[in-house]
Amino acid sequence: MRIAGLPLHYVAIGSAFPAARARVTPAQWQEAARLVHEAGQRLVALWGADERDRGAGFSVYAAYATKDGLVVTELALPAEDPRYADLSGLFPAANRMQRALFDLLGVRAEGADDERPWLRHAAWPADTFPLRRDFDAAAIRDNPQEQYPFVRVEGDGVHEIPVGPIHAGIIEPGHFRFSVVGEKVLRLEERLGYTHKGIDKRFESFAIADGHRLAGRVSGDSTVAYAWAYAQAAEAACGVAPPARACWLRALFLERERVANHLGDLGALGNDAALGFAMAQFSRLKEDWLRLNGDIFGHRFLMDAIVPGGAARDLDATQAERMVRQVQSIEAEVLAMHDIYDEHAGLQDRFLTTGRVTSDLARRLGLAGLAGRASGQAFDLRADFPAKPYDELEVRKVTLPGGDVAARAQARFEEIAESLRLIGAILLRLPAGEIATALPVPAPGAFGAGWVEGWRGEVLVALEAGEGGMIRRCHAHDPSWQNWPIIEHAVMGNIVPDFPLINKSFNLSYSGVDC
Amino acid sequence: MIPILLKILKTGIVSEPAPLPDEALHTGAARIQADILARLGRALAIRQVDAGSCNGCELEIHALNNPYYNIEGQGIKFVASPRHADMLLVTGPVSKHMERALRIAYEATPEPKLVVAVGDCGCTGGVFGESYASCGRVANVIPVDVAVPGCPPTPYAIMQAILTAIDAKSMAKEPPMDADGRR
Repeated sequence: MRIAGLPLHYVAIGSAFPAARARVTPAQWQEAARLVHEAGQRLVALWGADERDRGAGFSVYAAYATKDGLVVTELALPAEDPRYADLSGLFPAANRMQRALFDLLGVRAEGADDERPWLRHAAWPADTFPLRRDFDAAAIRDNPQEQYPFVRVEGDGVHEIPVGPIHAGIIEPGHFRFSVVGEKVLRLEERLGYTHKGIDKRFESFAIADGHRLAGRVSGDSTVAYAWAYAQAAEAACGVAPPARACWLRALFLERERVANHLGDLGALGNDAALGFAMAQFSRLKEDWLRLNGDIFGHRFLMDAIVPGGAARDLDATQAERMVRQVQSIEAEVLAMHDIYDEHAGLQDRFLTTGRVTSDLARRLGLAGLAGRASGQAFDLRADFPAKPYDELEVRKVTLPGGDVAARAQARFEEIAESLRLIGAILLRLPAGEIATALPVPAPGAFGAGWVEGWRGEVLVALEAGEGGMIRRCHAHDPSWQNWPIIEHAVMGNIVPDFPLINKSFNLSYSGVDC
Repeated sequence: MIPILLKILKTGIVSEPAPLPDEALHTGAARIQADILARLGRALAIRQVDAGSCNGCELEIHALNNPYYNIEGQGIKFVASPRHADMLLVTGPVSKHMERALRIAYEATPEPKLVVAVGDCGCTGGVFGESYASCGRVANVIPVDVAVPGCPPTPYAIMQAILTAIDAKSMAKEPPMDADGRR
């Protein structure tokens, strides 16, 4: 794993997938971004850390997915007036990550044309930064609400519809500002950050062996993906590998999480297109699915089932048999529902061409994960860089050209089928043995990374060890960072009543990006 | 149309009986008079407010609407505005950024303004605790009648908490026992 055309001193990150990191100079920082962009590869995440307690300044990190693995570039910044070169010109998704990084750490992206606050609303003032080590996390700061400068659309008959932060359903909070003419959406601007809980700062008070509990609650619907990515990062930092059986169990949990979410989304998509029958059926199937999780593993969403060093939950032969039977019955029911969806003219009329993101736009903006695959972006970590046990399972990557709500629904149907196949294969081949190994205390400064294809897309966790087995810095990245800005493009020219349907077809996490 | 009808027929009715109220879930703040609750009966409108949760609790609140729990069959429905609501169902540690919105929603809710705090975070702040970004438990921001722990609590537990909040009998100091000797 290296950036082709840029000689750097790479240090392997002992991870479950090919990964390396390299220190770069300011010139190399820009060159790395340019080369990755030119090669059609992607920016995964951007974060930073305060190193002033070590006699240095700040660090900023950019993680790229290259042809043969993950590359993390690390740039040292001075303590006074820390700045790094803007990446959003090449990777539009960097815009919000850079603004969040400034809000949290006070390091500025030089040359960025959007410097509005992103995560900071009123919880702390503009001149203090939560991720600096001299920031007292317990102190409450009451800062006045500031006016956020939304972009205004001018013209005859243009009006604004402000929505949120509290939405008219059972859904996470965020603010949407629509500029519309009649029913047609000219522009949507999102304002998120409402569920900012200070997770990155909170990690600093957790032991490495315990941090999976917090990581598993960055975005509850992806708890398995986060816990696994965190465990990979912790294991890389500690220099251990989980036992084989634990790896297979983790994949079992991850595929069960994928199926659960896809079932829920397919029901909600039907419901948003006024087919209540679909919601009743899919929510019933999802409940059956979750109940079996609860019966066998003790938790409906498998929270805390993955721990650093292995797995905390196991199943026996009888339970495996029960799961095989469930897979068979769900498979038949989903197939029947798929036929009903395909044949339902009213549903297809709402789905087709709605909220379209063309392959070209998806590539330029970096649409990730499931939504990316439904717009022709053929990336799936399980197939591209298969960690154990995916290296033995040959995951079939679902890629569709459509890019509309219909394609995102179809991708879910196909991914359910593939996940059910994977679950069957895992249950058949689950190796015997221990499910966890002891986690040694890593040396301070030890670095690890985790990278997992969750149901929504790729989750990245980067971790640096502190003194005495504590976390010095941990950053968790949700694929929603990439995809939220693209919803703004997907709704353009659509009618306002189709927004819920389009939004649901992406089903992005608010908590995952607000952190 | 025929496949849909056949599917409905074949599925049948899967709804399960609702849980009994559990007075232990009351926070002790007996603000609402029993006679008002008796009048309210079980025709309840709920406004759900995510005040900063990880979205885990939302998954289980969604599940209340599935055919197994069939919460609308209990006369309970989720509404789009706090002005239409008898109850706020609040999840999350209340983030600093949602504190104001939650207060506004509470003020907009007409009496009896019942509040059920959902999940470990709603009850105590959970793994997120209290910090520069988190106000911690819901009761730190608005009065709470019933709190249901769990990460996340099961749909059954959430339904029980909702039914407890509107059960006039469970407000009394010595609730009557049911046939199994349960209070």
